[in-house]
Amino acid sequence: MAKGLRELKAKIKSTQSTMQITKAMELVAASRLRRAQEAATAARPYAEKLREVVASIALGTRDVQHPMLQRRPVRRTGYLVITSDRGLAGGYNSNLLRNVLNTINSRHASPDEYVLFVIGRKGRDFFRRRGIPIAREVTGLPDSPAFSDIRTIAQEAVKGYEDELYDELYLCYNMFISTLTMRPTERLLLPLSKDDVAATPTTVYEYEPSAEVVLNALLPRYAETLIYSALLDAKASEFSARMNAMGNATRNAQKMIQTLTLNYNRARQAAITQEIAEVVGGANALKG
Amino acid sequence: MSTMLLEIVTPERTVFSEQVDMVVVRGVEGELGILPNHIPLVTPLKIAPAKIKQGGREKWVAVNGGFLEVRKDKVVILAESAELPEDIDVERALAAKERAERRLRAERQEEIDFRRAQLALMRALNRLEVKNRQD
Repeated sequence: MAKGLRELKAKIKSTQSTMQITKAMELVAASRLRRAQEAATAARPYAEKLREVVASIALGTRDVQHPMLQRRPVRRTGYLVITSDRGLAGGYNSNLLRNVLNTINSRHASPDEYVLFVIGRKGRDFFRRRGIPIAREVTGLPDSPAFSDIRTIAQEAVKGYEDELYDELYLCYNMFISTLTMRPTERLLLPLSKDDVAATPTTVYEYEPSAEVVLNALLPRYAETLIYSALLDAKASEFSARMNAMGNATRNAQKMIQTLTLNYNRARQAAITQEIAEVVGGANALKG
Repeated sequence: MSTMLLEIVTPERTVFSEQVDMVVVRGVEGELGILPNHIPLVTPLKIAPAKIKQGGREKWVAVNGGFLEVRKDKVVILAESAELPEDIDVERALAAKERAERRLRAERQEEIDFRRAQLALMRALNRLEVKNRQD
């Protein structure tokens, strides 16, 4: 009996220390989440401004043509997948990656038909394990990524489209809906859709040197900005996923500790009762 | 004298938002001085310092590429990055400058690396220039 007691006690202890860790991670994720949301809000004016200008050019000058605004026959497809570096975030990465893998498998017959860009260690390892080639990867992004952290991969992804390495570019990431929900999303980034550039133009501008030159410089920047805001969104999702996963883990640990403590107390009581019974039995034997 | 609102916005945040008298930037076609009531205009910018005149004082901002948008009531600079002199880390800029120069000196290199090093050098020089002018 004494051995069972010791084992139970050790189990309670270890569950308690696990709970401490999950609890701490939950709190950290909650504060990071707030910061990630602030960053997403702070990034909005830039994207909106660019969009406004793009829209006013696209609407103001009817005859402007740009490859980024036009669909062309699709021979190859580019994917930019945004995952996290660390796990312990519930189904955050696995849901997204499963979706992406299913899409790729159902759309393409051979790896020649797509190009993969990956942000985050989890995604990179996932595709590597399956022997799927990755064109470019970025790992180890800070919790509040700056635009310069992803500038290279964003520029490369956009440039690949301009150079016609692929004819469409999808952005795959977890869209942040609320602190409790996120949705693995696949979004067509390039060619830019009409919704992305359609807005009521507020001003008619002069362009220097010309509308075409401005548009040529503007559209790639705009696409890069959309990638950056998707990244910020994905970060917010990551922290909310981690916060929830760790919250659940903490609650489970609490429940386990409760049951274990109950069992422990029962076993202890049983041991005491037995001891008393033995003492009484011994005394009676002596008397008799 | 009338003033106008100048906003400098980067992907990360709004760097500057104040009433100013005049702003001078370097567009792809050359220097542009914008006064209040300028006609609406959009132009790409070069990596260069922007000069802001505000109540008789001059202020410099390191603007690294991007766009200038002039509207009736305000002027917006959309830059990939932009720094006020007090935010510039001189040591980092110097280190970046040296790194870029080393890369440019290196022989046998890919076109794209060359371009990248060149841009990095321009950004570093831009930051250093803004810092020097302010002091």
